[in-house]
Amino acid sequence: MSHISQVLWQFLVKWLTNFSLYPPEASKIAPQMDALYFFMVLVSLIGLTIVILLVTGFSLLYSKKRHPVAVQIEGSTMLEATWTIIPLGLFLIMFVWGALIYFRVYTPPANAMNIYVVGKQWMWKVEHPGGQHEINSLHVPTGRAVQLTIISQDVFHSFSIPAFRVKREAIPGRYTTVWFEATTPGTYHLFCTQYCGTEHSHMIGDVVVMTPDDYKRWLASSTSGASLAQNGERLFASLSCAACHNNRPDARGPNLANVYGAKLTLANGQTQLADEAFIREAILNPSQHITQGYAPIMPTYQGQISEDGVIALVEFIKTLNSDYRVQQTTATTTLLPENEGKSTPAGQKPAGQGMVKQ
Amino acid sequence: MSTNTIVSLPDQSTARIPKMNFISKEKGLLSWLLTGDHKRIAILYLVSITFFFFIGGALAGLIRLELLTPQSDLMATDTYNKVFTMHGIIMIFFFLVPSVPATIGNFFIPMMIGAKDLALPKINLLSWYLYIVAGILAIYTMAAGGVDTGWTFTTPLSTHYLNTHVLTTGIAIFIAGFSSIFTGLNFIVTIHKMRCPGMTWFRLPLFVWSNYAASILMVLGTPVLAIAIVLVALERVFGIGVFDPTKGGDPLLFQHLFWFYSHPAVYIMILPGMGVISETISTFSRKRVFGYTAVAFSSVAIAVFGFFVWAHHMFIMGISNYSMLVFSLLTMLVAVPSAIKIFNWAFTLYKGSITFETPMLYSFGFMGLFTIGGLTGVFLGSSGTDIHLTETYFIVAHFHFVMVGGMLMAFLAGIHFWWPKMTGRMYPEKISQFAAVVTFIGFNFTFFPQFILGTLGMPRRYASYPPEFQVLNVFSTAGATILGVGYLLPLLYLTWSLKYGEIAGENPWQATGLEWQTQSPPLTENYPAIPVMDHEAYDYEWLEGQKEKVASVG
Repeated sequence: MSHISQVLWQFLVKWLTNFSLYPPEASKIAPQMDALYFFMVLVSLIGLTIVILLVTGFSLLYSKKRHPVAVQIEGSTMLEATWTIIPLGLFLIMFVWGALIYFRVYTPPANAMNIYVVGKQWMWKVEHPGGQHEINSLHVPTGRAVQLTIISQDVFHSFSIPAFRVKREAIPGRYTTVWFEATTPGTYHLFCTQYCGTEHSHMIGDVVVMTPDDYKRWLASSTSGASLAQNGERLFASLSCAACHNNRPDARGPNLANVYGAKLTLANGQTQLADEAFIREAILNPSQHITQGYAPIMPTYQGQISEDGVIALVEFIKTLNSDYRVQQTTATTTLLPENEGKSTPAGQKPAGQGMVKQ
Repeated sequence: MSTNTIVSLPDQSTARIPKMNFISKEKGLLSWLLTGDHKRIAILYLVSITFFFFIGGALAGLIRLELLTPQSDLMATDTYNKVFTMHGIIMIFFFLVPSVPATIGNFFIPMMIGAKDLALPKINLLSWYLYIVAGILAIYTMAAGGVDTGWTFTTPLSTHYLNTHVLTTGIAIFIAGFSSIFTGLNFIVTIHKMRCPGMTWFRLPLFVWSNYAASILMVLGTPVLAIAIVLVALERVFGIGVFDPTKGGDPLLFQHLFWFYSHPAVYIMILPGMGVISETISTFSRKRVFGYTAVAFSSVAIAVFGFFVWAHHMFIMGISNYSMLVFSLLTMLVAVPSAIKIFNWAFTLYKGSITFETPMLYSFGFMGLFTIGGLTGVFLGSSGTDIHLTETYFIVAHFHFVMVGGMLMAFLAGIHFWWPKMTGRMYPEKISQFAAVVTFIGFNFTFFPQFILGTLGMPRRYASYPPEFQVLNVFSTAGATILGVGYLLPLLYLTWSLKYGEIAGENPWQATGLEWQTQSPPLTENYPAIPVMDHEAYDYEWLEGQKEKVASVG
């Protein structure tokens, strides 16, 4: 092989040894999806082979040389029924099998750990419940169901992890979710797969899968000092939410303790489950989501809080299981650095800052 | 006559192109620009879509060149985004949608049904002018700096975030849409009202059936695209907020509207191509199409079901599980008529007497590539695998197999098949067979690696990509080079044949269609007298009988 350029040769060897037809299977759903994928590949190959055999076979058998005069045949109901029913049956199997996997991918288990993802031109911001921030990377442990709650701050993006076989669109103004359970430690690709403008192809990153122990160490070393809920608490205070949501007898806003997961009756009589999406909407678009018995006096926070800020607020509200915390917030509002001048240690930015749009 | 061809040409030493024909009737540029003759308009269309095809093709070449290396080094990412956007817009709206219907359909639907012209000749000319105005606008936007929305115009990117020529491009597509509506309308009216005596619905060539189905899609689907474009324009200019979540709008609504047209548009593009394949397979195997009624009704079934599958483009976008179930199921159902067609064509060959002229080679190419394109569509219609494969190169490969491997092959099959009738001269057979094989090989080299790239997870519309994807991209770019040669060859030898091709005579293929029973090129009125259809479609025994009659009289 001396006549082949050394560089090219090494390149080819390297490529051939690393060549694969599908990405690594690093999540629990991946082998299940690949099973369906390869079933479909098999059916397609058989189907394609049949078509090729028919066309080449007939071409050889009935070429004009061998078969100078054509025999006219009208058709055959039996044959046509065969090639209607068999493909239909196979396609229906693929439909049911695919739907089962689809439901699994988009129905997170109740005990899943929730991580927020915000897409914006052109980066992924990841918010862990413990307050760890990441940009263009996502650290997750093996053996634990992880739910991603995804939203976009501007245009459509799409959060794709090929090695996990999961993908979910990041939509402006709407939470979407997807979940996975990583199985193999390693570093995998993270792509934005929905065209989102100039730097679309640079909106990529790494998904780092770690053993639970490594993951704990990573969490400890990456903490920003305040959890997501604590950040939310600061925001709650700085936006003076507690001025109304304070559970005093004369409170102008509904009590927020235990509101998460509760069934609310709205002013228009509808019953509504207070999930993350509802709480988000109630902050940004309050006049459409008035709880029964309250006046529509809350101003909109649309455009005033970034999606990260909203996420922190939602997380804070989710942790409220008594109004003690709210009252604490009311009490500490005056102690916040914004209200009191620079009291935080130099060089350490208060975590809540930057979440309020300037 | 040699045993491996059906071509029978008149004696070249005495044969002449008929003096009176639609080309020689009037001379001068104006006689073309103001013509009402469907055949001349078809030629105008053929020239213009060829022009746009090569512009779109050049843009495709730039894309493949950029993707030769993992870095974005040939052009800035913004330029790349503009290039793939313009490639998509030009190829879809200015080549694929009008390709077969506006050229071959325009020329031959009236002839096939024994009519003098389309029902509305002036509307036909208007539709070409609309197409040209739209085309000029599209070229203008390219020259003025381009547009980078992607051909899908996804909001809010297209409405709020881009400062390129979104409006002009939108207007261009809006106008091109009306051109397509008028063509569809003209076909529907013509097929209903202008069939010659004896031409019943079930004596229509299958090409007419499939164009009829496509016309229904054009007329009912395209207005929704127009609405979507108008809403994008209003949102961009006045900020009305239909698609803006901060104003209570729904950003997904645009995609519902867009795909409500753009999925049926896929069938607008492919159905006429399927019609071509029915004609060529039958002619070159000397047999009536196996299961004529099944093939005819499968076109209609595709047109009807095609309207109810659009949300399969949005499985990962948070549509409800129930919509997913409905749309995934319907997608599976729409795949069945295509499978029926493929098998019916294959069985048309059974006990035929097959020859392998260029149109037949392209048709075989179509059958293989469309089968792959169709089957990989099922991967995407099944909601589970769609999650992994959508928005990757798997999608790119899938629709290029259907649109380029399927539709473009069918278009080339049709152009070669009817070339003798349109021009009166044969194309050179050997080199065109060679071009067909080159196209097939080049195509597979270009697009098959993209299935693997997509499965590996490479996203579409990326100017740069992780280095491990490079080898497959190099294959793809190399294939595109071969494919480019495959497309340039017909342009050259078809042009050459206009002057030097052999005189074709009335019916070089011994085909049964009415259009073959008159002189080539035809008279402006198509037939000396309105023909009478006294036999079934694809009746080769009737044709033999005719020949004997002529022989016994002569």
